[in-house]
Amino acid sequence: MTNIKVLVAKPGLDGHDRGAKVVARGLMEHGMEVVYTGIRQTPEKIVNTAIQEGVDVIGLSCLSGAHNHLFSKIMMLLQESQYQCLVVGGGIIPKKDIPYLLDQGLDKIFIPGTSIKEMVDFIKGKLNA
Amino acid sequence: MEDRIGKPGQYPYTRGIYPNMYEGRLWTMRQYAGFSSARLTNQRFKYLLEKGQTGLSVAFDLPTQLGLDSDDQLSYGEVGKVGVAIDSLADMEILLDGIPLDKISTSMTINSTAMILLAMYIAVGEKQGVPADKISGTIQNDILKEYVARGTYVFPPGPSVKIINDIFSYCSKNVPKFNTISISGYHIREAGATAEQEIGLTFANAIEYLKNAKKLGLDLDVIAPRISFFFNCHLDFLEEIAKFRAARRLWAKIMKERFGVKNPKSMMLRFHTQTAGSTLTQQKPHYNIVRVTLQALAAVLGGTQSLHTNSMDEALSLPSEQAVEIALATQQMIAYESGVTKTVDPFGGSYAIEKMTDELEEKIKEVIGKIEEVGGAVKAIELGIPQEMIEDSSYKYQLELENKEKIVVGLNKFANEEDVEIQGGEFPDGTQEQIEQLQQVRNNRNEDEVKEILINLKQACLDNINIFPQILEAVKKYCTIGEITSTLKEVYGEYVP
Repeated sequence: MTNIKVLVAKPGLDGHDRGAKVVARGLMEHGMEVVYTGIRQTPEKIVNTAIQEGVDVIGLSCLSGAHNHLFSKIMMLLQESQYQCLVVGGGIIPKKDIPYLLDQGLDKIFIPGTSIKEMVDFIKGKLNA
Repeated sequence: MEDRIGKPGQYPYTRGIYPNMYEGRLWTMRQYAGFSSARLTNQRFKYLLEKGQTGLSVAFDLPTQLGLDSDDQLSYGEVGKVGVAIDSLADMEILLDGIPLDKISTSMTINSTAMILLAMYIAVGEKQGVPADKISGTIQNDILKEYVARGTYVFPPGPSVKIINDIFSYCSKNVPKFNTISISGYHIREAGATAEQEIGLTFANAIEYLKNAKKLGLDLDVIAPRISFFFNCHLDFLEEIAKFRAARRLWAKIMKERFGVKNPKSMMLRFHTQTAGSTLTQQKPHYNIVRVTLQALAAVLGGTQSLHTNSMDEALSLPSEQAVEIALATQQMIAYESGVTKTVDPFGGSYAIEKMTDELEEKIKEVIGKIEEVGGAVKAIELGIPQEMIEDSSYKYQLELENKEKIVVGLNKFANEEDVEIQGGEFPDGTQEQIEQLQQVRNNRNEDEVKEILINLKQACLDNINIFPQILEAVKKYCTIGEITSTLKEVYGEYVP
């Protein structure tokens, strides 16, 4: 498989992007191609960017507590567009919300404390890369 | 030695800004709170006051921080999430219902829209019969760090700094007991900065505000005594104590030597501290109580004027009532049981602390130097220099965690799978209630008056005069935060990095 391409995205109004930037840089250092959207993206913009860039993975980050709304909206839009890619999320996500998000179609929620290596291994494993 | 350390309450204030420090008065115990609707937050405020909290600290939700109404499409999912939703004066009236504004001081964490929220606070005071010159508190109002680290900016840096100057100038005459800015290193540190970057980048921003105020002819000996700072207290116990001491000394020197102020109050660095949220772990949440205790103790030994202790569940969600109570009790134990308040600057004269204080002062100066080299904070932000410094540090920190050069107990050492589950705060979703209330406000106000005042406000922006009086009028006519902010955007534009 050629280079894995990842869109790191921050939906919603939350401006805390430390995690998103650390993940973006970490994935790059593991040989992936990373596009970072910057903060305050709408679900529509994120899905459009993912399609335009033809990414293999979307990594969503949200710390404001709006993840249930925003992540599921993104999953809905992805489904409508029929674009296929891996979708993972992280941020301040209470454990009790994880089953709901997986139900919405996200492939994995990484809780704080996850190492970059774990994320890389998960992505590569899923994409058989 | 004497000129570097001096006596407590004397220039350069290394050992504290007051001669007797906590023997005279304890720090203000100010827990940050805000969620869902104004009604529910008002209940939490009353609970905290009953538990012995001595000042309010309001967290606003992201739409409020960004000047969006709760029914704006962009507010979807965010209403009442990380703070309370305030759309108009009506919400502020509910938020402060039954809280005597002449007795309680209030800190509001608000930046881009600080002027609007302060205007609402003034308006509520007037309705309570408390005139503007009797209310007290702090607005964060530090926009530069939003571009550097936190992201809740609305307007470009130029107009944002102009609005801040309007606030300084209006309040120095009309709201003299209010701290008109709290220049924040907290978020810079949370974004990954080191101790010296936290203070250095904050001071660089502070210098920029003061340079601008001076350029506009404002008297710094009037403005500077109302400036306070907001710092983070991180994990390295001794380094943090030294950080606060170094910051205090360097700030006094900057004010005296560079800005030539005469009033000793202009040289005193007063600061609020919050323990470091980013150091808390979702794994083993109970352990966070101990982290917070160590950080809070360092802040007190460093001479803070006000303190927020994080709740153990903040890596999971907004804090539950029980977790907040433990966090507040942590401060109370330090204050009343530990005995550390009986000595002023107990670590002063310690070889390790004095050496670290000196070293940190030098390193902070280097950081400020890097920003000044390119022409100051606004230029540096536009060039992305502070942002890059912070990103490098945060990535380095991440690698240190992963390589176990930095140990976090229960996370990368002494960890096991059996995490204790605790319940974070659970709050009802107030979105519907909020949107209905907003609609009611719109239905009940005088639309002609609203239109007129918004036109006047726009004209004041175009005329480049102080816009505070118009904002105050607009707020009193129940213009919404979205309407006011859009009016300003028409003139000032929006910042896109």
